[in-house]
Amino acid sequence: MEKIIFYLLATIMVIFAIASVSSRKMLRSVVYLLFVLIGVAGIYFLADYNFLAAIQLTVYAGGVIVLIIFSVLLVHHIEMQLEVTSKKRQILTALLCASGLAVFLTTIYSYPFQVAGKAVTTTTAQIGEKLLDYGPGGFILPFEVISVLLLAVMIGAIVIAKGGKNIETHPKHKTPLTEKEVILQKEQEIQLKEILKEQATVETE
Amino acid sequence: MIPGVSITEILTLTSTLFFIGIYGFITRRNLISMLISVELILNSSVVNFVIINKYLFPDVLEGVVYSIFIISVAAAETALAVSIIINLYRKVKSVEVKDTELMKY
Repeated sequence: MEKIIFYLLATIMVIFAIASVSSRKMLRSVVYLLFVLIGVAGIYFLADYNFLAAIQLTVYAGGVIVLIIFSVLLVHHIEMQLEVTSKKRQILTALLCASGLAVFLTTIYSYPFQVAGKAVTTTTAQIGEKLLDYGPGGFILPFEVISVLLLAVMIGAIVIAKGGKNIETHPKHKTPLTEKEVILQKEQEIQLKEILKEQATVETE
Repeated sequence: MIPGVSITEILTLTSTLFFIGIYGFITRRNLISMLISVELILNSSVVNFVIINKYLFPDVLEGVVYSIFIISVAAAETALAVSIIINLYRKVKSVEVKDTELMKY
């Protein structure tokens, strides 16, 4: 039963991950990423880590995805198609990634894992005690450092996103005129000349 | 322990996700898409931590605690990256990588 569920989750995750890195529409790729993250939470549930699965669902599916969707809606038109790199570079990168994956898989399948054959259920209370343990092997110092980091990130994100009012904005670099713009300018000049000629004739009359 | 599933199968899945993320990070030309790829890479490595803890050392909790730290740092990184991207869009009017050519105002 668990084997069937795991294989179902794995196929869904791989398919949606490929869809999310190759989709041409921004919002769709974010939603595909959401499906992958929910699949990861399902694997935590299968491995009997309920607390981690809950964290995954709340932090990633509830927080990070909403942040990314908001940023997409703020900086994109909803119908905008993404640029893609050239076909040659895509194929080259895919080949490189496939060779790296082959190296990983040969290493994984040739290493003799000493699997401990017992199942221990980890409760949330044990994780909390480990996080706040100041004895040997305890994690109280990184826990406190993480809290300071989160405070710094909150302040930093507010300062960055607010933006200073006294910052002088640089003018954009002058891009060379495209053909359309050149044609438009010529047409405008011709129209201007005609108007000037008409005005001149009126004046002479 | 997931009954009926060996550790190598799960490690295969996470390695596949990791390299899909790397492929997206190299081929995408947009800052938000690159952020999505980074999220994929981070998630696959977190699953690796958790699964190796579960299968090889079931008595200790180091893998779980480290994965919690990784998730919190990843959330912080995403928040900062989104704020930087929005500020950049205000300045440059674009989120494509080729248009971000000034590092400092």
